[in-house]
Amino acid sequence: MEVVALDNYMKFDEVRNVAYRPTGVGKIFTDPDADKAREYFRDEKPRKLVEKVSSVEQVVKELINDGDYVGIGGFGANRTPVAILHEIVRQKKKNLGLAGHTATHDFQILVAGNCINRCDVAYIVGLEARGLSKIARKAVQSGEIELCEWTNAALTWRYKAAAMGVSFLPVRCMLGTDTEKYSAAVEMKCPFTDAKYLAVPALYPDVGIIHVHRADVYGNCHIDGIMVADHDLARASRRLIITTERLIPNEFIRRNPASTVIPYYLVDAVVEVPFGGYPGNMAYEYFSDEEHLREWLKAEGDDDTMAEFLERHIYGVKDFNGYLDTIGGLKRLQELRIQENLLEK
Amino acid sequence: MEHNDMELMICLASRYLEDNSIVVVGTGAPCAAAMLAQMIYSPRLMIMFEAGGIGPLLPSMPISVGDSRTFYRALVASSMPEVMETCQRGLVDYTFLGGAQIDQYGNINSTLIGSDYQKPKVRFPGSGGANDLASFCWKTMMITPQDPKRFTEKIDFITSPGYLSGPGAREEAGLPPGSGPYKVITNLCVIGFDEETKRMKVESIHPGITREKIIENTGFELLWSDNLTESDPPTDEELKYLREEVDPYRYLIGRA
Repeated sequence: MEVVALDNYMKFDEVRNVAYRPTGVGKIFTDPDADKAREYFRDEKPRKLVEKVSSVEQVVKELINDGDYVGIGGFGANRTPVAILHEIVRQKKKNLGLAGHTATHDFQILVAGNCINRCDVAYIVGLEARGLSKIARKAVQSGEIELCEWTNAALTWRYKAAAMGVSFLPVRCMLGTDTEKYSAAVEMKCPFTDAKYLAVPALYPDVGIIHVHRADVYGNCHIDGIMVADHDLARASRRLIITTERLIPNEFIRRNPASTVIPYYLVDAVVEVPFGGYPGNMAYEYFSDEEHLREWLKAEGDDDTMAEFLERHIYGVKDFNGYLDTIGGLKRLQELRIQENLLEK
Repeated sequence: MEHNDMELMICLASRYLEDNSIVVVGTGAPCAAAMLAQMIYSPRLMIMFEAGGIGPLLPSMPISVGDSRTFYRALVASSMPEVMETCQRGLVDYTFLGGAQIDQYGNINSTLIGSDYQKPKVRFPGSGGANDLASFCWKTMMITPQDPKRFTEKIDFITSPGYLSGPGAREEAGLPPGSGPYKVITNLCVIGFDEETKRMKVESIHPGITREKIIENTGFELLWSDNLTESDPPTDEELKYLREEVDPYRYLIGRA
């Protein structure tokens, strides 16, 4: 997917004969055109109710290309598709774009693998209360990752515009700030009330990656707990990869249709990855491994230690199960399950 | 009772959260203040988290605003659009923000230090949901240590809007009228905002702190309330709940 430059974006405006221009100086990394997206969905999105079960290695090889723009589900280190992120690093994918929508541990992993070169920022380089990531900071401060500034709500609503099938939404955040100035948003007037709004462009990622609690072989998914922005991300994504804690029979989906949050026709591939959100938190399943996340942050203090750390946990293991073995295996995961369910004070 | 600065700030903040109101909080001191308020002053205070947790019975302070504690025994496990749209609709009374720099109008920088956006001297996380909450919630509060580097005349980047350049500026920018900064609670004093100029105005000074010390620790000219008072120190009840229930492992109050 080619990067859409700002001048091209302005050309879209001319085609549509509208008077305003981007007020933000930021670059728009993805094409917001809803008609192009419709064509893609008509021609490329699988409609067949067929089994889509695959492996982590295969989906990363087949569905994620160098240069793709990626949207990641969950919230930083909560219900994050970590197995896929590690595989992206292992397969040395390059020049990815990223929606930095509270990107915490996910951003840290992709930066460690030098996988991204552009990012729509709402939240990056930090791990919330855990502190800041040195390698993520270094990568951003050196200018090697091109940034465009947004907010969590703005990125959420950019997904929502795409999910609705429209090329923008009017919103009321960011106005009057430098966050607006360094975005690619456009100020506009409400045609009914004359109120000032900020138009944010639809965000259609090339690939969405979401980790869920349960899915059937066709890709019908259940998520327990908060959805974050994943309802819209699933619908906005050109291709969608699902990893699931467990595969369940289709009959279970049909018995509980109100629980289906992502239907099969949005999904390109399903992979069963038990503990696939580790070291993040998976609601009702396991708590985040704070010791391991601390160890990662500490390893970043020194290049050699970091290289050794990545070798031990990512490059030197065959797959995600190999990673889980390096952190103490089932014994550690059982401890995290007990923590998550508050069974021990 | 003896107490440290962090305990003082959390206790003071908790007193501003009215019963039956709605507050969106992050992790850390704001969450502690909201939990404390629920235990003592405002049992029906509704706590929301931007990732989707609504009305949890918090078993402990969350590590992330999206971890499972934020919707533990909650009323709703919703989504980020649900919470952000509730804010934009005008249903959320309070929020708390923090940052690296703040100016006299309550504008906050949590994005970068330096002058080159693509190559900053120091990069911070950015807005996250802060800009959204500062734009939408009726009353924005801050809990922050006060020093001249942080309280500065000109901040390097306006991440989240305070009163921008002064009276009328929020409305001119298109932000919802009637919203904006409300209180700044520091280790030295409680600061409000002057009705007319929208500039920071000191309302109460903490016990043992002098005016001079506050001036020394502020990089711009402060206004002073005509009814300047001494801040009421934490009560024994507040400290008891804070230490035994809200933060028993002293993750937060042990840091001060």
